[in-house]
Amino acid sequence: MKAVGMGVAHESAKLHVTGTAKYTGDLDMLDVLVAYPVQAIHARARVLKLDIAAALEVAGVVTVIVESDIPGENNTGAVKHDEPLLSSDVMYHGQALAWVIAETDDAARAGAARIKPQYEILEPILGIQNAINAHSYHTEPLRILRGNPDTILEKTTTLEGEILVGGQDHFYLETQASLAFLDEDGCMVVHSSTQHPSETQAVVAHVLGWARHKVSVQALRMGGGFGGKESQANPYAALAALAALKTRRPVRVRLTRHIDMQLTGKRHPMLGKYRVGFDVTGKLEALHLEIYADGGWSLDLSEAIVSRAMFHCDNAYFIPNLMVKGFVCKTNVTSHTAFRGFGGPQGMVLIEDILDRVARAVKKRPEVVRELNFYNENSLDQHTTHYGQTISDVRIGNIWNTLKTSSDFENRQLEIENFNASHPFLKRGMAITPVKFGISFTTTFLNQAGALVLIYSDGSVQVNHGGTEMGQGLHTKIAQIAAQTLGVNLERIRVMPTRTDKVPNTSATAASSGTDLNGAAVKNACEILRERLEHVAAEMLKCPSDEVRFENGFAVHLKQKLEFEKVVMKAYLERVSLFSTGFFRTPEIHYDKVAGRGEPFRYFAWGASVSEVEIDSLTGMWHLRRSDILHDCGDSINPLVDRGQVEGGFVQGMGWLTMEELVWDDTGKLRTFAPSTYKIPTLADIPLEFHVSLLPRATEEKAVFGSKAVGEPPLMLAISVREALKDAISSFGGLEVKLAAPSTPEAILDAIEIVKDAAREIVMSL
Amino acid sequence: MNEIPVSIKINGKQVTASVESRTLLVHFIREQAELTGTHVGCDSSSCGVCTVLLDGDKPVKSCTMFAVMAHGHEITTVESLAPGGVLHPLQQAFWDQHGLQCGYCTPGMLMTSVALLKHNPNPTEHEIREGLSGNLCRCTGYNNIVKSIQQAAGVMSQAIPAAADD
Ligand code: FES
Ligand code: FES
Repeated sequence: MKAVGMGVAHESAKLHVTGTAKYTGDLDMLDVLVAYPVQAIHARARVLKLDIAAALEVAGVVTVIVESDIPGENNTGAVKHDEPLLSSDVMYHGQALAWVIAETDDAARAGAARIKPQYEILEPILGIQNAINAHSYHTEPLRILRGNPDTILEKTTTLEGEILVGGQDHFYLETQASLAFLDEDGCMVVHSSTQHPSETQAVVAHVLGWARHKVSVQALRMGGGFGGKESQANPYAALAALAALKTRRPVRVRLTRHIDMQLTGKRHPMLGKYRVGFDVTGKLEALHLEIYADGGWSLDLSEAIVSRAMFHCDNAYFIPNLMVKGFVCKTNVTSHTAFRGFGGPQGMVLIEDILDRVARAVKKRPEVVRELNFYNENSLDQHTTHYGQTISDVRIGNIWNTLKTSSDFENRQLEIENFNASHPFLKRGMAITPVKFGISFTTTFLNQAGALVLIYSDGSVQVNHGGTEMGQGLHTKIAQIAAQTLGVNLERIRVMPTRTDKVPNTSATAASSGTDLNGAAVKNACEILRERLEHVAAEMLKCPSDEVRFENGFAVHLKQKLEFEKVVMKAYLERVSLFSTGFFRTPEIHYDKVAGRGEPFRYFAWGASVSEVEIDSLTGMWHLRRSDILHDCGDSINPLVDRGQVEGGFVQGMGWLTMEELVWDDTGKLRTFAPSTYKIPTLADIPLEFHVSLLPRATEEKAVFGSKAVGEPPLMLAISVREALKDAISSFGGLEVKLAAPSTPEAILDAIEIVKDAAREIVMSL
Repeated sequence: MNEIPVSIKINGKQVTASVESRTLLVHFIREQAELTGTHVGCDSSSCGVCTVLLDGDKPVKSCTMFAVMAHGHEITTVESLAPGGVLHPLQQAFWDQHGLQCGYCTPGMLMTSVALLKHNPNPTEHEIREGLSGNLCRCTGYNNIVKSIQQAAGVMSQAIPAAADD
């Protein structure tokens, strides 16, 4: 039986449907204490006095954790040491100034309410433009340059503009959660809903002032991560550990939804300022683009995120002369962080918006101009990116043409024109947009992974690896890879919870790399074991070891067969080791940040989508009539899981671009910190008709079993929804459309007003 | 403290405990009955992951109901759907159709779907979308959840003897 390539159901499906799957908040612990924060009520201030006595009087309150309780380093920063766990410097509204530890949630909450810090109020910096005005940045600007954009822009037709792309709350259904306790040896055990157990371990160790070997972190599973638990699970794990150390009792930190949304960073809002030059056909000649990201109060992963926005500001297009600069603004809001796509989506929204404008300027359909500017493998110089990476396998042409045909693009466009001509208030629009997404961590050293595979003498197998399961199906794919490589049935394989005492120094499960890296490490370990077993089986079958195959649970030579477990038992008796580590490092990639040159990506994932919308110009309300997607997962390891990623990513991207609006008020308080004010897509919002296909015969030689990473790229397929809305809006005036992101009904109404005004002006000037 | 005795039949088992009057039903289920399949996602009646059935067929968000309000009533949670280990057709369908990823929304989705199919054994796609639109899922994009409910509805309507039609 083949394991890889099969649509195997999620390995935890049975636990999920029976309600027996445990999340961090469900783990049973005797005598567990809980925590609740005392939150700052200003965006920028200094705490003059923090009197905790009143909280300690509340029945059930055990202690209050304050800055002076930290025995080690007061820092949880992932990259830069700029994130104190507790501090008297208030850097954003809602910041936790102390944590009340109590027997019950109610007591902790009541205790926290009793603490009234005194502040010296300071002036916050809020919003990207204010940060630019104040020169408030976390890092030096980044830049990538190809050719001479500035000279070319002086000589050609140009457009200038600005686009602000909004942020996005992760809204993982399971909020941040950690549970910490001391073991009998006085060492710390932490269960955490984290995408990065090794870093959680490191941060806990720093904060406690311990060596890492005294801290074990386990990540059983997450109720969604999406990047929001890549670095931002760490403070809560550190806090739980700190409180467990102080109280000598188990401590659970589980944020309520409101607190989670107030404390944790989001997808970066980004402002793009550009000047683009093009010829009469709409072919891009030069682009000068500045990307300003709102990094929030600390650096977190923002520099790498802005880099990825810069790497993807070309999307699938060859731009011969390009200068892109990236800035990480320092402001007084939550520290913005990784979110599916990691800056790539913002970069791509910018270029798609620009191309739509260029198309309207040269009076062509946007898809025609998009196609005209695609990277082209057949031309000598038109398949190298602005950072100097050669794209060896440009798949967009094939995907684009196939999808246009399967979605009946041209006929439907005529139907839409007819519909619009006969409907004064309702308008339809349609767009097709491409996705090219670079796969690898752009910080090269992170592209490594380890595994530990154990075969027991009865022939059953445990697989440990460094990746975490957040619903994406990584453990399912890992089990398939192990089964396929060892030639056994899936039932024999058990993938274990991710633990730092099994595989050390792992990278985050992020950058879509979970399967590429950990899958390859597991394959490596299984190959080492299989080779040992081949020798044992060869002796038993009396044949050369290179003629033994393992398949379907048997060692096979010609017509002879031996059960896997018999070979394993023989190996055990002969004192052959039945366990092995495995390791993988992505070869060939490199990047020089200062020069802005290199090959940071192992390969690219491709896709395209067509969306058709209908808007009501009286209310701004709209619905998605149909979406068609063709996405490249290489040779999918698990088509069922991969389609799930494509559909889920698309809907999440659609939410980001059309309905999820983060609103901070003038004092820096987040006004949308609950689902009552922050709307994510529901079943009522998804496309009425939804056609999703995976690109067939799509082997990617450079990744495990010919597959491609699939976690992030599909999110950006949703850009077609935004462009379709613009297409519909344009039918009120046919001029360029200025549509805010997210394009909420209000934003759509505004955009309609602008095109109508512009259309009126034209009529009057005639 | 102001504790009062509350007794609720949860999955056929009477659970009695003294709790504060403002104890939420979801906490009673998770802490007193020790059934952690019912999750908490928003604490504020918007996400539906805490959905349970009241008196057999009425889906309620257990984070928005006090335990005392369920006193003397019956509550059904996800843990009761597979008596003797035989999966309910909806459970089987969510498994088969990959109607779950992280699984956090799944128990709530299942309970709402159980009620939906009780009231409407053959829902149209539109009715499924409407019926489940109070349950959020951040992972799946919902498409497979619709397919799961369709599969279960098909299986369940076949299981009913044909004679019941006339
Ligand atoms: S937790 Fe009850 S509706 Fe969200
Ligand atoms: S499967 Fe993760 S929220 Fe639904």
